[in-house]
Amino acid sequence: MTAAKRLIRELQSALGRRWVLHAPEDLLVYEYDATIDRALPQAVVLPESAQQVAQAVRIARRYGLPVTARGAGTGLSGGALACEGGVVIVMTRMNRVIKIDAENQLAVVEPGVINLDISKAAAPYGLYYAPDPSSQKACTIGGNIAENAGGPHCLRYGTTTNHVLALEIVTADGEIAEISATQAGYDLTGVLVGSEGTLAIVTKATLRLLHKPEATITLLAIFDRVSEASETVSAIISAGILPAALEMIDKNTMDAVEEFAHCGYPPDAGAVLLIEVEGLSEEAEEQANEVRSICEKFGVRELRTGTDPAERERLWAGRKSALGALGRKAPSYYILDGVVPRTKLPSVLAEVYQACDRFGFAVANVFHAGDGNLHPNVLFDERVPGATARVLELGEEIMRLCVEAGGSISGEHGVGFEKRSYMSWIFSEDDLEVMARLKAAFGAGDGFNPGKVFPTSKGCGEVSSHMRAAIAKAGPGAYV
Amino acid sequence: MPGGPIHQSAFGSEADLSRCVHCGLCLQHCPTYLETGLETESPRGRLHLIRALSEGRIDLAGNTMGHLDMCLQCRNCEAVCPSGVPYGRIMEHARAAVIESRRAPVPWRLRSLFLREVIARPGRLRALAAALRFYRRSGLRALAESIPLLRDRALLAPSIAGRPFTGTGVLARPKGEPVARVALLTGCIMPLAYGRVHRATVRVLAANGCEVIAPVDQSCCGALQAHNGDRQTAQALARRNIDAFLEDGCDFVVVNSAGCGAAMKEYGELLSQDAVYSERARVLAARVKDIHEFLLELPFRPPTGRLEASVTFQDPCHLAHAQRIREAPRRILQSIPGVQFVEMEHADRCCGSAGVYSFTQPQMSLQLLQRRIDEVRASGAAVVATANPGCMAQIEAGLRRNRLPVRVGHVIELLDAAYRAEHR
Repeated sequence: MTAAKRLIRELQSALGRRWVLHAPEDLLVYEYDATIDRALPQAVVLPESAQQVAQAVRIARRYGLPVTARGAGTGLSGGALACEGGVVIVMTRMNRVIKIDAENQLAVVEPGVINLDISKAAAPYGLYYAPDPSSQKACTIGGNIAENAGGPHCLRYGTTTNHVLALEIVTADGEIAEISATQAGYDLTGVLVGSEGTLAIVTKATLRLLHKPEATITLLAIFDRVSEASETVSAIISAGILPAALEMIDKNTMDAVEEFAHCGYPPDAGAVLLIEVEGLSEEAEEQANEVRSICEKFGVRELRTGTDPAERERLWAGRKSALGALGRKAPSYYILDGVVPRTKLPSVLAEVYQACDRFGFAVANVFHAGDGNLHPNVLFDERVPGATARVLELGEEIMRLCVEAGGSISGEHGVGFEKRSYMSWIFSEDDLEVMARLKAAFGAGDGFNPGKVFPTSKGCGEVSSHMRAAIAKAGPGAYV
Repeated sequence: MPGGPIHQSAFGSEADLSRCVHCGLCLQHCPTYLETGLETESPRGRLHLIRALSEGRIDLAGNTMGHLDMCLQCRNCEAVCPSGVPYGRIMEHARAAVIESRRAPVPWRLRSLFLREVIARPGRLRALAAALRFYRRSGLRALAESIPLLRDRALLAPSIAGRPFTGTGVLARPKGEPVARVALLTGCIMPLAYGRVHRATVRVLAANGCEVIAPVDQSCCGALQAHNGDRQTAQALARRNIDAFLEDGCDFVVVNSAGCGAAMKEYGELLSQDAVYSERARVLAARVKDIHEFLLELPFRPPTGRLEASVTFQDPCHLAHAQRIREAPRRILQSIPGVQFVEMEHADRCCGSAGVYSFTQPQMSLQLLQRRIDEVRASGAAVVATANPGCMAQIEAGLRRNRLPVRVGHVIELLDAAYRAEHR
């Protein structure tokens, strides 16, 4: 029997035949996530318990194979792709909300639970889970934890890392361990959240739940020009208002979204801001009025207000479906995730449009304006020879714009595979060395999700040659 | 590849397939993905498999066909897809490519043969219905359903009861000038299994001032054949219907079966390559109306007769997802005095009937059915209203299996009952 067959046999005896996939057509559908990259695993397993995860890890390690954890595959940095093959552990069957503890405002969940389902389970107690990535109807909490996912409301409440209280993990040795942010000693959950599956695999999470605010007011402000909208953003923040969310949608995005969600965006508008304020009724109303007058000062063309859940959901519909709707504009898009200081937003945004013009690609911007988190989506057709390479080149240039403006290479999607070569722009060799030692302390080596976060010379999937070129351009310091 | 290569582009147009940007927002709306957690049983996964087939990266060996076959074609994914992937069309073309490749497995061929030679042929279908009627009346069904080994298979055979509907020509004519002249699609299963629904439909249309006709030359709509990859038969049936309905010069073609309505609204697309029929197909398709949307577009007359019952509504997939009609049937139910309308959980999720799916995938079909019945039970409703014969038969079977004393009816039957109660 070959090693490959023995591996499958062993995994089957640990997890049952049905939940070990190895046929070509079964593996093929685990080669993608929501990015443009591809990487085929050698086997896919779907455990139902932490014990089974641990067994799968031990078996894979014995065969010298890397392990990559995967939730719903909605990630935007290639984090769930098995860049170096090996075993993919899919968490979709571990999808129980184990406990809602209303008194202590926490939820205990398995990693495959869908983000929005946590809030649904908590709703009867007047509680909810705050981080709300735009894919919250589909993405899993395990993936959110791995990538330290953000979302519109993280402006006020912080990203995933601010909401994780404790984790059960499977280590590289296949041991099950529990760590907690609330115990004395090092805050290991802080290290784990955002580690992109390179240190351990989360099998259970205890999350903080928040009380629903008494009042929430959503404002949709339509502007003729992007510049007016971005100046409004700066003005709101400098006025000392901290909205729950502050989002911008540009013209190209509006065009795509309008076809699907019928939001009633005027066809000649330049940008839309979604501004949500919340708190006690009077407080929210007062903030909404302040926001309205700032919008008016910057020439807002139309203001819409939503106060009840149905109205608010309608105002949000365009934003939440924006990414998928871009498929109407072009066969592929390359989504970027960069951060800039809020004061630099208008100038960087202008430079982004200029860069895309120069490369000859359309760009749709839909992003978390309030925290300076840009998401330019470059629209292109991957079937056009050379297009992917050009887009990656453009992406690199946009990332450089962000970094040069004093920003960073990821706001919430993670570094993953896609941006690991940019790590050396913001971290020195010493910084990276320290991170490498932290990783070494967890003992996973390259056994967990290799090819992510750290710049390496190894490629991933189909676009590896382009990425290699990008890494080569970043210079020898890009390698750890 | 044994059996000769398949013309790869046959698996779906590149333009259709490339619309999917694999964002994953379809996943939580796919019944088979929710049951299995497997990407291969999800819309995004199937699209990727179809794309891989079209690019020649994989062939039909292995279980690829099994994954395509597991799809209910409920089109829930299509309704929620921000990118507008025409999933239903892609899946129909992919199944057509499999059947035309001559590599289709025997069950696919048998299914195709059955849909072409029995369902689409009124005489043979009547004979089958007679056999099923005997099967139910003779007590054979009760016997089969009491044998554990046979029970689940036997359960999902449609229940043929009551008088069939055989009307043709002019069925109703109002006293004064009619508000509209409408033709009723009688279809294949509905007149045999639920003749009473057609009779109710005719009365309801008349009560709303319509003249109702049933062109004698009409045929089965071709939906089941198209869904299962036999586009040729579907196209032949569509051409017959186009001739029959356009001949009669009606204002609208009214359809009370969600699957048939969805298919007929897509005749333009089905015959887009037909030099003779493409234009006429578009003309007819534009006249097709689902009964519920049609009634509400008229000056709809709310009933004054009472019907005391708590009623929940099961969205037929091809009403909610393919035709995007959700509000109209609910508004009609809520217009009935005495009806207490209650929403059940996941009302727009497939009950597992899905055309011939309950025969081809009985295990998944039953799993979905059980969820549906549990949700019906939790809603506390005494009546499940729906708007498609397949859904009616499936839910009836599920209620029988669970010995749950809940009744099933078409929305229009309930409306008809309320109108009739006015005269009491």
